[in-house]
Amino acid sequence: MSRLHVVSGKGGTGKTTVAAALALALATEGRRTLLVEVEGRQGIAQVFETEALPYEERKIAVAPGPDGASAGDSARGGGGRRAGEVHALAIDAERALLDYLQMFYKLGSAGRALKKLGAIDFATTIAPGLRDVLLTGKACEAVRRKDKHGAYVYDAVVMDAPPTGRITRFLNVNDEVAGLAKMGPIHNQAQAVMRVLKSPETAVHLVTLLEEMPVQETADGVAELRAAGLPVGGIVINMTRPAVLDTEDLDIAARSARTGVARALSQAGLGGARRGGLAERLIDPLLEQAREHAERVDLERAQHAELTAIGLPTYELELLPEGVDLAGLYRLARDLRKQGPI
Amino acid sequence: MTADDTTLNASAPWLEVDALIDDPRTRIVVCCGSGGVGKTTTAAALGVRAAERGRKAVVLTIDPARRLAQSMGISELDNVPRQVKGVDDAAGGELHAMMLDMKRTFDEIVEGHADAERARAILENPFYQSLSAGFAGTQEYMAMEKLGQLRARDEWDLIIVDTPPSRSALDFLDAPKRLGSFLDGKFIRVLMAPAKVGGRAGMKFLNVGMSMMTGTLSKLMGGQLLRDVQMFVAAMDTMFGGFRTRADATYRLLQAPGTAFLVVAAPERDALREAAYFVERLAAEQMPLAGLVLNRVHGSGASQLSAERALAAAETLTEHAAEEAETAAEERAAAQESEAGTRPDPAPSPAAGPVAEAAENLERNGIMDHDGGKNGSRTVGGLSPAAPAAHPAPPTASAAQLATGLLRLHAERMQVLARERRTRDRFTALHPEVPVTEVAALPGDVHDLTGLRAIGARLALDPADGDMAPPQP
Repeated sequence: MSRLHVVSGKGGTGKTTVAAALALALATEGRRTLLVEVEGRQGIAQVFETEALPYEERKIAVAPGPDGASAGDSARGGGGRRAGEVHALAIDAERALLDYLQMFYKLGSAGRALKKLGAIDFATTIAPGLRDVLLTGKACEAVRRKDKHGAYVYDAVVMDAPPTGRITRFLNVNDEVAGLAKMGPIHNQAQAVMRVLKSPETAVHLVTLLEEMPVQETADGVAELRAAGLPVGGIVINMTRPAVLDTEDLDIAARSARTGVARALSQAGLGGARRGGLAERLIDPLLEQAREHAERVDLERAQHAELTAIGLPTYELELLPEGVDLAGLYRLARDLRKQGPI
Repeated sequence: MTADDTTLNASAPWLEVDALIDDPRTRIVVCCGSGGVGKTTTAAALGVRAAERGRKAVVLTIDPARRLAQSMGISELDNVPRQVKGVDDAAGGELHAMMLDMKRTFDEIVEGHADAERARAILENPFYQSLSAGFAGTQEYMAMEKLGQLRARDEWDLIIVDTPPSRSALDFLDAPKRLGSFLDGKFIRVLMAPAKVGGRAGMKFLNVGMSMMTGTLSKLMGGQLLRDVQMFVAAMDTMFGGFRTRADATYRLLQAPGTAFLVVAAPERDALREAAYFVERLAAEQMPLAGLVLNRVHGSGASQLSAERALAAAETLTEHAAEEAETAAEERAAAQESEAGTRPDPAPSPAAGPVAEAAENLERNGIMDHDGGKNGSRTVGGLSPAAPAAHPAPPTASAAQLATGLLRLHAERMQVLARERRTRDRFTALHPEVPVTEVAALPGDVHDLTGLRAIGARLALDPADGDMAPPQP
């Protein structure tokens, strides 16, 4: 089972929400997960409805115990039902670099001098790939970190990663840096990070909607990741909606059922079914909406088939009509968990 | 709830898109916003509309969806604007489009600013090759660079720019400045020092402080990378002034009165939050904001029927259907019993399955207003079963089921509408001064000129004229 889950997806598909739900879903039975963000957007804080996160790992949520089972989860501790924990970290490239310098080179004052000189700014914003090495490096460090008993500090690390269009370059940047810096500490660090990212310990998941562009990007993203030798995990289909009617139903409606529908609407208390009656006048706009819906349902079925053809495990999350609040997030986590290990 | 509710709030002024793109003083339109809100489609639709209204327009797209690019004939990444075929030129306009190739744009700057030998040294430098292939900020910088180039060519009277799918919509504003400040910075001078005094061998002639610094850098980066960076910086030395000047010029261009920013968003919390940041940032930078384009807004032709009432009516129908199915089953059972005299058939009528499912779905939506349904039934006028049917009357169960489906869909639509309105109102409350235009949601994606034309028409649709009415060709 993977321990580093990288969650990517086209912009607007809800990857931050899915990453947060996944971190919650993985934190059952006393497990502890770390949710990291790398783009400085404070998306995690917004999803969990807390104030902005500092560059510091902190507990952000307690995951409920396993659904239904009140006891018997003896995997860890054996003490009956235990809640899991989600910790969160907003990785800041500049701070990560200073930490890194401090850790490996004890560069107290030289580090500050470099910062004053603009070198840190250069390294984290302009120098090719350095920023990404630092961000992925920090996540990999958390994956490998062990406590004094030799047990992993985090059972899983979930990364809210850059969008699909940039994910392969973001993760593969260590290769690129390793090629650029052919030896030396940056080279070694990049190699170490790349080993974790390309190992079966890592899984890159892509979030999509059942729409043409995100599905196309998902297919392209999977191909790119595979070509780069990065382990692809699953596809999360987000914001699915139940199909109420399809075009077949509508054909029936258009052909024969108009009068019947008018009568049914009228029967349900929505006015007269005769020509010009309130119920009768509702039919055209309602049918128009139904036509749009049916068109979308057909389109979604086609997109679903394309996703299935990619041949990866898929997970589906329903659209929450009122948007995702904290309760909604827990619900998504539960839905993910029900769909088996991710 | 009235039909007026689906139109714009009186408090949000309407963004008159046609007035904006028809005005010859408008020379640049920048479409910005967070990812996935339809920036590229909006930019392309504006381009088509402007061209067909007589402007000589060019659209600079960054990362268009494949089929959209194909529809405009710009699937080739050659960094040169191409005329878009199929655009109506009756009004004397034309449309060109191009897709940004950032590496090529960067290469062109180098080639344009350095002599051949120096240019080659830069282009072959491994550090440059990674930098130009698209790391943090390069795409944003190159988009702005290309905008400057297109403007300088003065071949078009309207340039419409899409912005890169950045981690933050604000990145492209910062990129030129960031690159500029880096190139002007002290760090560059430190890096440059050894190269200036004689390349690799020059290190040892540096003063102690400087050598300690470069020593540290060398330890961190590895000697070879540091040398690549130094050579790169040295080779670029003569171009720095040029870079800075260009970054400044682009920045001023964005502030110029001929520029109009359009913030694009979808009626969702995150997208509108980003839009609000952007509005504030543009004001702080004194950049001219034309307004907000709110994409994928849902409307309803039956907004007089509330979600609650629709659900209650659906539930009434479901109850009826269940009762009828039960009666039918009983009757059938009775009939069978009298015929065969033995085994009653417990199977439900064919309608019971879907109906039960519908009832369950209703419960999940959680809004049931029994009173509403009953109050409504007092006003019933056309319950007569003798209503003339032009077609053979369908089985009642299927018509009722269909009606239930229609009502449930409508309730869902009205809930979406309400949520979108709340989100939009929050933005309008924060920024009542920002003009807004709303673009009705389409069921599918747009990937041809006809689709872009339809979007353009929706962009320009006066909310007072036709509330969500389909655009006339």
